[in-house]
Amino acid sequence: MKSKGKIRSYIYGLILFLITLSGFGQMPIFSRYYIASIPGLGWLGEFYTTHILHYASAVGLIALAVYVLFDFVIQGAGVKRITGSGYLKMGIIAGLIISGGLMAVKNLPGIYWDHTAVIVLDLTHLGFCMALLMVSLYTLILKKTWVR
Amino acid sequence: MRSQISRRAFIKGSIAAAGTVVAGTGIAKAADALVNEKKEPLATLLDIRKCIGCEECVHACRDVNAAKYPEPEKPFPKMYPKTVPVQDWSDKREVIDRLTPYNWLFIQHASVSLNGQETELTIPRRCMHCANPPCVKLCPWGAAKQEKNGLSRIDADLCLGGSKCKAVCPWSIPERQTGVGLYLDLMPALAGNGVMYKCDRCYNRLEKGEIPACIQVCPENVQTIGPRQKILEQAHTLAKEINGYVYGEHENGGTHTIYVSPVPFDQLNAAIEKGKGKPHLDQVENMMADGTNLSRAMLIAPLAGLAAAFGKFYLRSKEKNS
Repeated sequence: MKSKGKIRSYIYGLILFLITLSGFGQMPIFSRYYIASIPGLGWLGEFYTTHILHYASAVGLIALAVYVLFDFVIQGAGVKRITGSGYLKMGIIAGLIISGGLMAVKNLPGIYWDHTAVIVLDLTHLGFCMALLMVSLYTLILKKTWVR
Repeated sequence: MRSQISRRAFIKGSIAAAGTVVAGTGIAKAADALVNEKKEPLATLLDIRKCIGCEECVHACRDVNAAKYPEPEKPFPKMYPKTVPVQDWSDKREVIDRLTPYNWLFIQHASVSLNGQETELTIPRRCMHCANPPCVKLCPWGAAKQEKNGLSRIDADLCLGGSKCKAVCPWSIPERQTGVGLYLDLMPALAGNGVMYKCDRCYNRLEKGEIPACIQVCPENVQTIGPRQKILEQAHTLAKEINGYVYGEHENGGTHTIYVSPVPFDQLNAAIEKGKGKPHLDQVENMMADGTNLSRAMLIAPLAGLAAAFGKFYLRSKEKNS
């Protein structure tokens, strides 16, 4: 059981790393700061590559989130076991998935959304991302777990 | 060669006169139709045969959009790393043989063989106004916008000049001017580099029921504007009549700029000068297609997660029972 939990954590960590890296890759910073010039990291400066990686990571994150949620519910593990930081991260991830999903819809052909709404959506998604990074860093340093 | 001043004066006069005189004419009717056709994206048809390369459209574009052009503050703020490129066109505003922040439309020349004769074709080039524009959809801040009438434009008040729109544009259309825009009020040393500029298809004129200046002043009626479906029908009818070729219908998943040429576009593409500020006429695959397909996968992802959770539950129940 523990090894399965570890695998799940590693998958979550990998997805979080890739989705964050590719998410920041949506901004023109890796080329400006010559990170994309480091051998092997050139793809970070290719917007279509990071765009696809971001979407693919999002598919993984959504599937993992739904799996963990339903696995938890089916097992009847009890919501009382979830820690405060666990609830916080759940909320932020839900916000990321919803705002990211809306951004994916916005990017479909024939979708014309109000410009202000698009800007708010962009900033909301970035805000959730920064919040998740900070909370994750906090829980990592203080070794806070999702469940008791 | 005519002086630019007299030509500009002529164009300004023409536009002003046209605005007052054309009521009740075909142009006014077309403009009214445009206002009422908001539900369907607008497209322009460019009949390359008709273009004589007079550049009236170029100068009309420059005149009516002059107020939108950047007035950068100098000296430019220092940027880090120091190798971040400064792009300054403010001292080269007169350049009209390529796209710049001060020139959103230019004429491309192609010497091609037509019916066995060497012919020079001239092609007005500007933003293609893609149906699903990567510059708009992938802009990280929402500074690039697409209107319901299909035109795409960059909001100079919001753009930080990161040039992502140019990088993702299959034709590399937008051009950057350093030293202007919102980034100056944020962290000019560390982020941003000015504002990106490109054709906005005279969105403010369209809002008033007027047609874009380049269309209005063309003495040869090279361009026609209307609902995309009608424009496509016209383009194919014309192509059939002249045994010609269509460009822009399928490029990058479809654009709102449709060219009809008497010679194949691969020949035109080989004949035109291409490079910085001079876009190609090559075939372009749908750059947003992979993202659209992965969006579908996002819809399936919850089902996959659900199936995995129930699968695990089923296996565990089976193990317990056995």
